[in-house]
Amino acid sequence: MSGFTIASIPREELLAPGHRMCQGCGAAIVMRHLLKALGKDVIIAHATGCVEVTTSLYPETAWRVPWIHVAFENAAAVASGIEAAVKALKKKGEISPEKKIKVVAIGGDGGTVDIGLQALSGMLERGHNILYILYDNEAYMNTGIQRSGATPLYAWTTTTPAGKVWRGEWRRKKDIVGIVKAHGVPYTATVNFAYISDFYTKLKKASEIDGPTFIHAYAPCVPGWRYEPHLTVKIAKLAVQTGIWVNYEIDGDSFRVTTPVSKRLPVEEYLRAQGRFAHLTGEEVEMIQKMVDEDVDYINKLAGSVVIGPVERK
Amino acid sequence: MSKVIPLSGNYAVAYAVKAADVDVVAAYPITPQTAVVEKVAEFVANGELDAEFLHVESEHSALSAVLGASAAGARVFTATSAQGLLLMYEIMHIASTARLPIVMGIATRAISAPINIWCDHSDFMAASDTGWIMLMALNAQEAHDLIIAAYRIAEDPRVHIPVAVGYDGFIVSHTVEPVDVVEREKAIKYAPKRVTWYTLNPEKPMTMGSLASPDWYFEFRVQLQNAIESSREVISEAFTDFKHYFGREYREIDSFYTDDADVVLVSMGSATGTVLAFVEEARRAGMKVGLLNVRLFRPFPEVEIAKHLENAKVVAVLDRAMNAGSSFVGPLYSDIVVTMFKRGLDIPVINHITGLGGRAVLKSYVESIVKHAYSLVGKKMRDIERHYSFIGVRE
Repeated sequence: MSGFTIASIPREELLAPGHRMCQGCGAAIVMRHLLKALGKDVIIAHATGCVEVTTSLYPETAWRVPWIHVAFENAAAVASGIEAAVKALKKKGEISPEKKIKVVAIGGDGGTVDIGLQALSGMLERGHNILYILYDNEAYMNTGIQRSGATPLYAWTTTTPAGKVWRGEWRRKKDIVGIVKAHGVPYTATVNFAYISDFYTKLKKASEIDGPTFIHAYAPCVPGWRYEPHLTVKIAKLAVQTGIWVNYEIDGDSFRVTTPVSKRLPVEEYLRAQGRFAHLTGEEVEMIQKMVDEDVDYINKLAGSVVIGPVERK
Repeated sequence: MSKVIPLSGNYAVAYAVKAADVDVVAAYPITPQTAVVEKVAEFVANGELDAEFLHVESEHSALSAVLGASAAGARVFTATSAQGLLLMYEIMHIASTARLPIVMGIATRAISAPINIWCDHSDFMAASDTGWIMLMALNAQEAHDLIIAAYRIAEDPRVHIPVAVGYDGFIVSHTVEPVDVVEREKAIKYAPKRVTWYTLNPEKPMTMGSLASPDWYFEFRVQLQNAIESSREVISEAFTDFKHYFGREYREIDSFYTDDADVVLVSMGSATGTVLAFVEEARRAGMKVGLLNVRLFRPFPEVEIAKHLENAKVVAVLDRAMNAGSSFVGPLYSDIVVTMFKRGLDIPVINHITGLGGRAVLKSYVESIVKHAYSLVGKKMRDIERHYSFIGVRE
């Protein structure tokens, strides 16, 4: 972990207190720590979404770094323009060529895997020196919990309600990292703040690469996932322990699981902790278990060894 | 020394971008705009223009990217037409209230459906409610000059509003004309590169694009209206100075024979040339016909326009776009009617929709428009049964 300890987390808060994110909001934890990891010399382009509306209510702001929001689907395009401007102005001596400025784009799952996918693809393909961060709370939480392309199988949302015919979301989560990776970018990784040193290490690594990099950050949502606010980190940890979420990185062509799990917990422990899965039958839980088992097999195959172990039933 | 070379409207715009020493260009190909960005790409490829050229994946991203670049302090340019402009539409509103001095060229083209790549003003007019300053060039020289003037206007600290320069698709964009090309040194003297607006800078962090509640949203919108109103003075100064620097004179409107005209025609874009040709013939034949060409569409120069309509007996407005189902049909017509009503000028104002989807606007159409106008002399607006007609269309 390149010598990272909790003590090396910078004290300075670049996300000011007083923002309007929910108590226990996973995205708030992501934002706070990503800013600490990246430091002050950044310019952020932010997609419309929960974090955007809760941190920028005029005339206040929670951002102690330069920050711009334009629209929902274009954070990657706005960031592309900022990065090009910094490059041009450095070349023309308007900005000191020695000045380090990292351009960062931030979007939620809707703003990234759905409506913002085209702009993201363009940004990645053009090779901009931008770090894109996806905070994934697995639905359109800002508008009130509607399913997105990142909503997991069987999850209840307001547009995939569990009824007599529907059993919540019936499609699987989009493989956004796979899509990003297909652009041939130098670095992509998944992060989960319950594993904070892994989180910092990857953010730093991604920000130091001169090129397009992508971080997929897990971000539990209290009202959308239906759990008590104090359980956020516990749920985040359960996601990794059950193999629902795997912390990995793709550095060039090398794939590495950064948080190995020798023995997995059954997915039921993760699912039963959240109201969005409260309607699941035992059979449906087993379906998800089977799906996760297959995903884990695939991950182990990519890793070349068993880094995520089998489920240990209590 | 100035240099006169043969250039299409699109190339003339590209030469203006080069002269203005633009820092960041982002654009997506669409007919008839494509050649302007091809030429800009060539300038960058040859080292004649030191700019970052972004090959974006859509017009939506083109405007988003130049918005971001402008927010970071760069001088920026983009260009588009028709569907591309409609894809930008969302971001056009954001760009104006973000108060960023973006400059855009619009090679005007019909909007789908049916798909049609030829000239009319449907795209330009669709953008008329976005809070941008909008100019319409008559020819390649004007397209060149107005782009340079656009930087001066947009970046003025009293303005900080994006500027769009329209020029008719194909008719101007693809017609080669002699163009007196402005040199960079002179262009920069006229429109100096000074970052007068707020920028994204880690040394001085600021938040742009905030959420504004009912407590604040309204004020942002009012500030835009106030700024676009005060841009009138800046635009006028920019035109005066343009003449001083480059010898060519532009005004918000052009007027021809309006002083004693019974019938005043109002036109915009390349059709003005055809209309003027007829007006000159009519004058020779003793008909008291006048013409107004609208160069500045937003903010609408109603004071200047009204002066030329005060003594008219009938006004006929040519529109190259239509707003189906509205009370006015032609968008230019609606501005003219309001301008006149506000001043109590109760004479017939007739709208003629013509030249949609690239259909030619013929001199004979103008003749029939004038003939019709004469038949209404002495009437009041309320005497008119049908205020609009389509000219040059199958009935």
